[in-house]
Amino acid sequence: MNPAALSLPLAEAAVLAALASAAAGLVAARWPRALSWLAFPLLGLAGACALAAGIDALWCGAAQTATLPLGLPWLPWQIAVDPLSGVFLLILGAVLLPVAVYGPGYAREFRNGRDSLAHLGVFTGLFVAGMLGVLLAADAFLFMVAWELMSLASYFLVCFQHEHADNRRAAFLYLLLAHVAGLLILLSFGVLAAAGGGFSFAAMRAAHPDALWAAIAFALALAGFGAKAGLAPLHVWLPEAHPAAPSHISALLSAVMLKVALYGFLRVVFDLIGAPQWGFGVTLVIVGAASAVLGVLLALQQSDLKRLLAYSSIENMGIIFLALGLAQIFQAAGHPTLAALALLAALYQALNHALLKGLLFLGAGAVLHGAHVRSLDRLGGLLRRMPRTGWMFLIGCLGMAAVPPLNGFVSEWLTFQAALQAWQLHDSLLRILVPLAAAALALTAALAATVFVRAFGVGFLGRARSRSARHAHEVSGGMLAGQALLVVGIAVAALLPGSVLGLLARAAVQLTGHAPAASGWLWLTPLDPASASYAPLPILAVLLVVGALGVTLLRPHRGAPVRRADPWDCGFAPPTPQMQYSAAGFAQPQRRVFAPAYALHEEAGVDRYELTASDRTWGRLYRPLGALTDRAADLARRAQAGHVRRYLAWSLITLLVLLWIVS
Amino acid sequence: MNLGALSLLDQAVLVLAAMALFSAFALLAQSRLLAAIHVFAWQGALVAAVAALTGAASGDVNLYISAAITFVLKVLLIPWMLHRLVRRLALERQSDPLPYPALTLLAGAAIVVFADWVAAPVAQFEHSATRNVIAISLAIVLLGMLTMVVRRQALAQVLGFMAIENGLFLAAVASTHGMPLVVELGVAFDVLVAMVLFGVFFLQIKDSIDTLDIDRLSQLSASVEQDEATEAQR
Repeated sequence: MNPAALSLPLAEAAVLAALASAAAGLVAARWPRALSWLAFPLLGLAGACALAAGIDALWCGAAQTATLPLGLPWLPWQIAVDPLSGVFLLILGAVLLPVAVYGPGYAREFRNGRDSLAHLGVFTGLFVAGMLGVLLAADAFLFMVAWELMSLASYFLVCFQHEHADNRRAAFLYLLLAHVAGLLILLSFGVLAAAGGGFSFAAMRAAHPDALWAAIAFALALAGFGAKAGLAPLHVWLPEAHPAAPSHISALLSAVMLKVALYGFLRVVFDLIGAPQWGFGVTLVIVGAASAVLGVLLALQQSDLKRLLAYSSIENMGIIFLALGLAQIFQAAGHPTLAALALLAALYQALNHALLKGLLFLGAGAVLHGAHVRSLDRLGGLLRRMPRTGWMFLIGCLGMAAVPPLNGFVSEWLTFQAALQAWQLHDSLLRILVPLAAAALALTAALAATVFVRAFGVGFLGRARSRSARHAHEVSGGMLAGQALLVVGIAVAALLPGSVLGLLARAAVQLTGHAPAASGWLWLTPLDPASASYAPLPILAVLLVVGALGVTLLRPHRGAPVRRADPWDCGFAPPTPQMQYSAAGFAQPQRRVFAPAYALHEEAGVDRYELTASDRTWGRLYRPLGALTDRAADLARRAQAGHVRRYLAWSLITLLVLLWIVS
Repeated sequence: MNLGALSLLDQAVLVLAAMALFSAFALLAQSRLLAAIHVFAWQGALVAAVAALTGAASGDVNLYISAAITFVLKVLLIPWMLHRLVRRLALERQSDPLPYPALTLLAGAAIVVFADWVAAPVAQFEHSATRNVIAISLAIVLLGMLTMVVRRQALAQVLGFMAIENGLFLAAVASTHGMPLVVELGVAFDVLVAMVLFGVFFLQIKDSIDTLDIDRLSQLSASVEQDEATEAQR
């Protein structure tokens, strides 16, 4: 069989497997084992199919379309797989497969609890099916149906443990913003459909709306998809919803769903709207840089491990949108090769973030499972109690901190390479703006490194800060295997960037018509060898050799006498775990420097000190907005008092006004 | 406008219509239910007379039938049913004074002026008697609505509703010399059914909550407010 024809059937099989998994989840209400033995393996099958479909679509580079015998009579559902959706199918599969391996071990905890396993199984399956549907849709109607399926199913997953009021609140906030986002996306498609005369993506692509309508469609798409992707200032749902969901669902939400929102944005702005405008690019660069800096600053102050990871997701989505802005600017300025480079950097960052954040959320889930706490102030010393989880968490942290030779470095380096070509632009404003954005990116990268040094150092090193951390236990084999699968993916993306970029370049070719300079499997040369090259394997080799030399030279000789004694303690009492760096103390310098960015609330007592550094957008944007809505609702309620006579009076007044108007 | 230039029949129609308008004011201000029902019956009689006179002027037999139906329904049957309802609900002595009588009547007067102003463009293509009757019927409709707004007694609201119907009938008779008989029969039947339904409804309401004060019928939203209050306490 022709390999080019395989991607669509594989993707369809993935959707069917996800739906079958949802059906198997129903059975779990009667037989809890069905969740582990049927629903999760089917999810894994869906993940494997999606992965294969994505690789195949990228390998062949051609689009495949089909029409389903479903949907409205005059509007049958159309599906398509092209390199762009292939990238995201690849991301979805690469995260879903490890999650499916990890899930049974994690869900075993819920088997004796009050939470319904059927609830978890059904909505996980529907959630995955919805995300796959969004990636496959080739008309706006199916896209919106799948999008809403994804949003609603994930709402039910966020409120899975609904007996906690915080979770219910997080889920409501999520639902609210998901609805607003869905509405904006629908309006954006409405603009494009009016221009194209049809709901199919092919018709929208063929039409070219004039600049004003294109700008309106862009603004609606940015707000709609940006709210779902966690761009500031519409990010508030994200740090609430991600910690509320079970950890493997958090991994899917953060690693995959945010990318699906990114896919929707790419599809609408880069594929359907057509003509690039530099204004779009500038908006994206500013919004992206603001989200990245805000996200990383807030991540730095979180003590809840999962909240920290959620804020870090905001930062990464900011970096991705910044790179997309660069791509748009270069495309509009007539530098398609540079645009392809920036786009490639964004796609690579998306892949890396999915793998790394998936790993970190699974690791956080393992910590929660093993130690039953997720506040950094109650963790510590976990590397000794949970060595395997700890080492894999370290790999994830290094990757997020963009340390070579890990994959996080490659994509940020590519973004910088694109940003450093700003001198080729003619517009002087852009030549100032792009380096400023690059500076914000550099600040973000440095702060991100601090975030993950703090997360790992406080959580895994030192001594346990609580009883539960002292009695933490390593998690089961399945949960470790899930994390290990992601580590394998990270290793591939980190050590063979040339090959991975070769695959991703098909999507860049589809959207910009150009590919950056070819690069081999060993040396990564995005532009030309004179400007910059990067080779992770030699770096890894050097690191290994230096590390091995250091260990050999510094290790005491075998047989040498080892003297054991108490260290000199300056005459003070022996140190307790409370004397270590606390999570709040570690981030204190940044809190001082960036104080205007936080809404700080400190409370000190004789033997306690409490600090919350929260998001200023709540006080600045959402509270006033909420108060305004309340006031408007009060006004409306005064008219809606439920008094019959008052309604009659309103109709009389309406009649009089209408008569006055017509005469 | 020169009234003397009109035919006698037209002048009679105008006088009767003006009396119907006066009865609408009486309906608005009359606080005793039984008296209000009598006023309503008089209004029905006036409207029926207008229909009969218009029939005499145009020689249309249909209008006589309309007039007869109106007379039977609005002068005899519906007032009798309302009477019976009042007796069964023991409301004979209840009075339902207006909160601001002077203000309400001034608003009614303003409505009449407004209706006249709205009907002014009709004068361009109709002779002036019709124009005046249209203005009056519009005023009766709006006054009926005003009655429904200001009166708290549910039965008084029914009277306001029926007055609206009277106004519409008057407009139909004056401007087009009567609706087709089928439509007329349908409307009459509708009003009758509405009356029966009102009667059943009121008996039920009186049975279950022991009042016919419209302002007391907002319990549903009040219970929502109670829920909110308990929510706030939590």
